[in-house]
Amino acid sequence: MVECGRHLNIEIHTLSEITDVAGSEGNYTVTVKQKPRYVDMDKCIACGSCAEKCPKKVDDAFNMGLGKRKAAYILYGQTVPLKYAIDESRCLFLQKGKCRACEKFCPTGAINFEDRETIKTIKAGALILSPGYTPFDPGQYDYTGYKRIPDVVTAMEYERMLSASGPSMGHLVRPSDNQEPMSVAWLQCVGSRSINRHDRSYCSSVCCMYAVKQCLVTADHLPPQASQTVFYMDIRSHGKDFDRYYEDAVEKGVRFIRERPHTIDPSPEGCGVSITWMDKDGGKRTEHFDLVVLSVGMEPSPDAEQLSKVARIGLNEWGFAKTDPFAPSQSTRPGICIGGSFSGPMAIPRAVTQASTAACKVAMELASAKGTLAREKTYPEERDVEDGEVRIGVFVCSCGINIAGVVDVNAVADYAKTLSGVVFVENNLFTCSTDTQVIIGDKVKELNLNRVVVAACTPRTHEPLFQETLKGSGLNGYLLEMANIRNQNSWVHKHSPEMATQKAKDQVRMAVAKVAKAVPLHSRSVPVTQKALVIGGGLSGMSAALGFAHMGYDTVLIEKSAQLGGNACFLDKTANGLTVRPALEQMIVDVENHERIAVMRQATLTEAKGSVGNFTGTIQTGKKTTTQVDFGVAVVATGGLETKPSEYMYGNDPAVFTHLEFDAFAAQKTNAVRKAECVAFIQCVGSRTKERPYCSRVCCGHTVKKAIELKEMDPDKQVYVLYRDIRTYGFNETWYHKARQLGVVFMQYDPAHKPEVSREGAKIVVLAKDHILQQRVAIYADYLVLAAAIEATGTSDLSKLFKFGVNEDGFVNEAHPKLRPVDMTVEGLFVAGLCHYPKPLDESIAQARAAVSRASVLLAKTEMKLNPITSYVTESCDGCALCVDVCPYNAISLVEFQGKAGLLKRIETDTALCKGCGVCSATCPKGGVQVHGFTMDQLMAQVNAVIKAS
Amino acid sequence: MDQPFEPVIVGFLCNWCAYAGGDLAGVSRIQYPPNMKAVRVMCSGMVHPELVVNALTGGADGALVMG
Repeated sequence: MVECGRHLNIEIHTLSEITDVAGSEGNYTVTVKQKPRYVDMDKCIACGSCAEKCPKKVDDAFNMGLGKRKAAYILYGQTVPLKYAIDESRCLFLQKGKCRACEKFCPTGAINFEDRETIKTIKAGALILSPGYTPFDPGQYDYTGYKRIPDVVTAMEYERMLSASGPSMGHLVRPSDNQEPMSVAWLQCVGSRSINRHDRSYCSSVCCMYAVKQCLVTADHLPPQASQTVFYMDIRSHGKDFDRYYEDAVEKGVRFIRERPHTIDPSPEGCGVSITWMDKDGGKRTEHFDLVVLSVGMEPSPDAEQLSKVARIGLNEWGFAKTDPFAPSQSTRPGICIGGSFSGPMAIPRAVTQASTAACKVAMELASAKGTLAREKTYPEERDVEDGEVRIGVFVCSCGINIAGVVDVNAVADYAKTLSGVVFVENNLFTCSTDTQVIIGDKVKELNLNRVVVAACTPRTHEPLFQETLKGSGLNGYLLEMANIRNQNSWVHKHSPEMATQKAKDQVRMAVAKVAKAVPLHSRSVPVTQKALVIGGGLSGMSAALGFAHMGYDTVLIEKSAQLGGNACFLDKTANGLTVRPALEQMIVDVENHERIAVMRQATLTEAKGSVGNFTGTIQTGKKTTTQVDFGVAVVATGGLETKPSEYMYGNDPAVFTHLEFDAFAAQKTNAVRKAECVAFIQCVGSRTKERPYCSRVCCGHTVKKAIELKEMDPDKQVYVLYRDIRTYGFNETWYHKARQLGVVFMQYDPAHKPEVSREGAKIVVLAKDHILQQRVAIYADYLVLAAAIEATGTSDLSKLFKFGVNEDGFVNEAHPKLRPVDMTVEGLFVAGLCHYPKPLDESIAQARAAVSRASVLLAKTEMKLNPITSYVTESCDGCALCVDVCPYNAISLVEFQGKAGLLKRIETDTALCKGCGVCSATCPKGGVQVHGFTMDQLMAQVNAVIKAS
Repeated sequence: MDQPFEPVIVGFLCNWCAYAGGDLAGVSRIQYPPNMKAVRVMCSGMVHPELVVNALTGGADGALVMG
């Protein structure tokens, strides 16, 4: 968020609402209505005095109404922009004409009650709409017990109850009596998968996992004897590594009950909840729980309908934005794209991916105008400070009363004057204010300061601001050190001002000691090869190649086999019933004919060198032919394969198929399949096992689709599906529903008692225990279709070439599973498709486009600036190579060179790979490798400054 | 001893987690004793054993590596 707020090319308009979208793709005029904030954003320094003095308490929406905030507020501590606002509907002055306390106490005069609503027009080539979603409100349905029973809460409320920044400061207590709940139950599918009284037929996709997560977090909050119980229909842990997480919860003792309780009552004792359900044997069970959490589903945002009207885009039958599986971010109006969960319920990784998909689509469409409105900052030439005496300026911030109210800032300032190297000290009311930046710049020039210490808030948010100021006055930005005397001092030591003042002095002394040893650091620029390599010519690889090509980047697409298309060649229809082949064929033609795409078939990457921006690869085509290719970024889309099962008579009986085999068979032998009396499916064949402890994600959808086809072919045909959990997440749930309506029989089996398969004459006999009858039944099927597991292909060889990470199951690791879902662990590499994790066609395309979007950030410039906080080799290195093995980024290599005493060894660091973590420097016994900005000398100076005081 | 014992603790805080947590504690106004003095590092893996040894032999009562 902070990065977004700080970016020179991102304008943020808060409190704003779109009222009209005129024009067309490439040339939109957007009318925006901005509500008044009543706070001048340029003056507000987010000290919080307005909120502190505001007498009006209102329900805190961020804490789901469980706590209170004031009418002058920020939504939460990390809000961007970090500027207060006045809630017009609650403010005493704006409603009743009296108060103005905030105005009186605001130290910067930022309160502006004259602020009025404004109408703005924004010219834009394209739009991305991401209004998000809203949690289902269970209050409208009495059977959930919500609002009727105090100890029934929604999962969103519970999330806040568990949070350290929540209403009870992370101490878990139930609402009725503020006692710790010793038994907590979760009810799944509240507002999802139900057409009974509310029309939410889809699966919200995320609730199973958040409930499992809440169970484990709850266990951490409560004593070991506390219990967690989940009432569910199917556990849908279909995401990457999710099944492992669920199995872990089972092992840790979370109780999972596959029942839907029918009665939720207040407990007779007055506190807690009594839940009644029917167990497997048909018996009535009632149990008491101290607290019940409703796992509420996702609904379209309340603004979605209005937004769709003004933007003139279509919504689907559930009120989410309508998109196309082959262009997963495209709305029904050209030039308007959809980001995040506006297109359907999805978890964070997919929502983040989807946002990048939308960014990619927009960049492809606006490629001709690329960079025309981008802004870049320039600075004066840097002063040379290497040899001169150290002249430090210290600026001590009062932050209104935030620091000065606890810490004696004058005493700190006086103390700073006594420190060695310090030539100037000043106390500012707000060191971060615009006018103070001018003062700092002037003092640097006037007094020839060559190091600066700012004793204020945290460097994590404010270091870039002061670095800018230094750069603007001709000093290198790294000659700055901050002493965090607010977040890590005055705010947390309110009750001991004397000790806080002493600590502030210590912090300033530490900062001065470190900055005295600071040297200018420069970002090394490396040229970028503005060319992409895409590995894998399946749907994901082709989508990525077309994305790059449309943006104007030359792309090399290598495919191992003789033809493009990958697994999609074997797919019949998409989840929503569109035929795959025409779109796939069109895509292959587009790829082959695009002037910017060079396709290499029967090609394998055999060698890869270099780092982000500058890779060189050797590609082998045929037995002896090799080609060298230079590229700046690569997308890994090596795909996956349906595995060959080793059970249920597969391979020994011609009537036992995998999904893809049966699809092909049914296409060829339509008549035979039509005549079949009975077809059985077995799910999770090879998935969710010890060998492959993951869910293959696509098989349930595939089975359900096929089952419907068979039923529609002949309603009398018997179709059985033997499953563990049906995982038709999202809108696919409606297909599951349809299959059941058509009479497909779903039988749940327990992995400990798998179905038994044998042949009896013309039929295959599947013996399984029916979960409703609680009896073994025999199914006489003509065909048996196995939902075989999906494995990644090609990841193990490639991971050795590039040294990127793969997980235990062979799927490519992301840089961050939630926030950087398409970036790989090696910078400059991006992942898409099945090699990342099994996923359906639309998600593969979305991920490929997202990978292009992320990669194009690197390709957009001819030069790339590297972070200067990296490791460097010193004269003390003797080539012992201890650091080589410990480096988590493979940034260090051992080299030989000719020294005076003969052939010597030492290490070399690759600044493009190094992240500056310094594990090397902590490992080196002789100071042979250091990290810029955090040298052993600098850290030791800080340590010595601490102990000097004692 | 007329003053109560106040330990001096040198803290090494990883910029990405512990230091960020320290900042959040501030935003949340969670109160704690002021004895720990934080050295910000880019990763707790950066903390050389010599830094800890030096802190302890130099007079610190404790060293805390958080990451």
